[in-house]
Amino acid sequence: MKSLFQYLKEVFLGFYSLWTGLKLTLYYFTHPRKEIITEQYPENRTTTINIPERFAGEVILPHDENNKHKCTACTLCEMACPNGSIKIISVQEESEDGKKKRVLDKWIYNLGMCTFCGQCIDACPQDAIIMKNSFELSVYNRNDLVKTLNKPGSKLKEKE
Amino acid sequence: MIGFSDITKWIHDSLSSALSPGWVLASEFVLAGIAVILIVVVLVVVMIYMERKVAGFMQLRLGPHRVGPWGTMQVFADVFKLLLKESFAPNSVDKFLFNLAPILVLAVSFMALAPISWAPGLQLWDMNIGILYITAVSSIGVIGILMAGWSSNNKYSLLGAMRSGAQIVSYELSAGLSIVAVIAMCGSLSVHDIIMSQADGWWIFKGHLPILFAFIVYVIAGTAEVNRAPFDLAEAESELTAGYHTEYSGMQFGMFYLTEYINMVVIAMIGSTVFLGGWMPFHIYGFDAFNGVMDYIPSFVWFFGKIFMIIFFMMWFRWTFPRLRIDQLLKLEWKYLLPLSIVNVVIVAFITVMKWHF
Ligand code: SF4
Ligand code: SF4
Repeated sequence: MKSLFQYLKEVFLGFYSLWTGLKLTLYYFTHPRKEIITEQYPENRTTTINIPERFAGEVILPHDENNKHKCTACTLCEMACPNGSIKIISVQEESEDGKKKRVLDKWIYNLGMCTFCGQCIDACPQDAIIMKNSFELSVYNRNDLVKTLNKPGSKLKEKE
Repeated sequence: MIGFSDITKWIHDSLSSALSPGWVLASEFVLAGIAVILIVVVLVVVMIYMERKVAGFMQLRLGPHRVGPWGTMQVFADVFKLLLKESFAPNSVDKFLFNLAPILVLAVSFMALAPISWAPGLQLWDMNIGILYITAVSSIGVIGILMAGWSSNNKYSLLGAMRSGAQIVSYELSAGLSIVAVIAMCGSLSVHDIIMSQADGWWIFKGHLPILFAFIVYVIAGTAEVNRAPFDLAEAESELTAGYHTEYSGMQFGMFYLTEYINMVVIAMIGSTVFLGGWMPFHIYGFDAFNGVMDYIPSFVWFFGKIFMIIFFMMWFRWTFPRLRIDQLLKLEWKYLLPLSIVNVVIVAFITVMKWHF
């Protein structure tokens, strides 16, 4: 008797779980305007296109309003990159009290070799670099893909 | 109002006045064949478009929408592409069986359409064992599938065909038993009689819970019989590339594709005939005014409406459920559907003997 009850319970639970799935797809089917997420790309690129915030596009080095970035030229990102698409060029600089310090000269990013894996972002101890959600990255000349990310005259941001 | 029987009678009379009886019969065969093929092809085109749109919407996509208005020309473009392609047979296949298989499955699925009653007075062949004939013929199709799998000389094809064999052998039983439930109540195997017996209400309403249960079992088993997801183990694109039609290309592949949809139509037609009254409008016993209003809706609207309702169910299942494993598939049939169907048939027999149904 107990096993019969168990058997019937299994059947009903099975139907219930199937119905849960059916309900969801029926909801999607009856609400196409609300739910469809397809982007009609070339047509809507200037109008309704919606690229999620966290979409991993090109790597950028954000600067604040005083033209300061957070990169300390530690080269951890350069070592983390599996494709060798980052080159950090640093220079020795002497401050007023005679201390020698290494600062960033050029943050060179080769977009053409980047696979957008995001390992440089994870490796950076200063959270100096992020990935922007831009995706129309093609250019006519291969040399244009090699970019210097730090702006001319930019400085390291002091620790608060 | 001009009924379909008037039209067929008019055609018969005008042919008889011009030709000898033998030729009349021959030309009527040809005309009826062409008519059925045309209707079915139109249905299939509509279904393929519908399937792609349903699939798109259920997966949060748009479906085809570039070729023609709302993508309606997409199906024609695809068929045209298949027609242009070469029907290629690899070197080591069994050429004769390989080329015969798609024709066989297509022919068998057309055969099952013979006793279908399309509208009042529009039926190709009203035989007294119509339903038995359909269930018998529709299971021959698996021979074509086995043939395709075996002759392809490819382990994926063979595995797909074997699975399809196991599947049809098991699910025929519960599909048959669920139809038997209605047959027992109505007492006839003829398609015409079954439809006429539903003039005062469809069996799914007249037959209480057991018939409702039989209908659910029928839809599950029917989906399994046409090898559609979640029972598409015979094709299983993620594990067997394309199952039994891996090696086919061009229009031979197109025939398998067409067959899948015709089989769907057949399953939907039997389901709507047996459980939902075929072309019979929605009638409630005793409500004569209501029944009169329902009669104004043409019978073919009722028939195709019901067919497309069942087809929508099948598409809904396909785009919702994950595929079963082969052991789960056989477990579902032999441990759940078949015992429950047998119990169900016993209950139905009891109800019929006690005359509890309406
Ligand atoms: S995203 Fe990956 S490939 Fe691109 S620069 Fe960073 S570490 Fe290198
Ligand atoms: S971006 Fe980050 S990891 Fe790379 S050099 Fe600058 S501080 Fe170091």
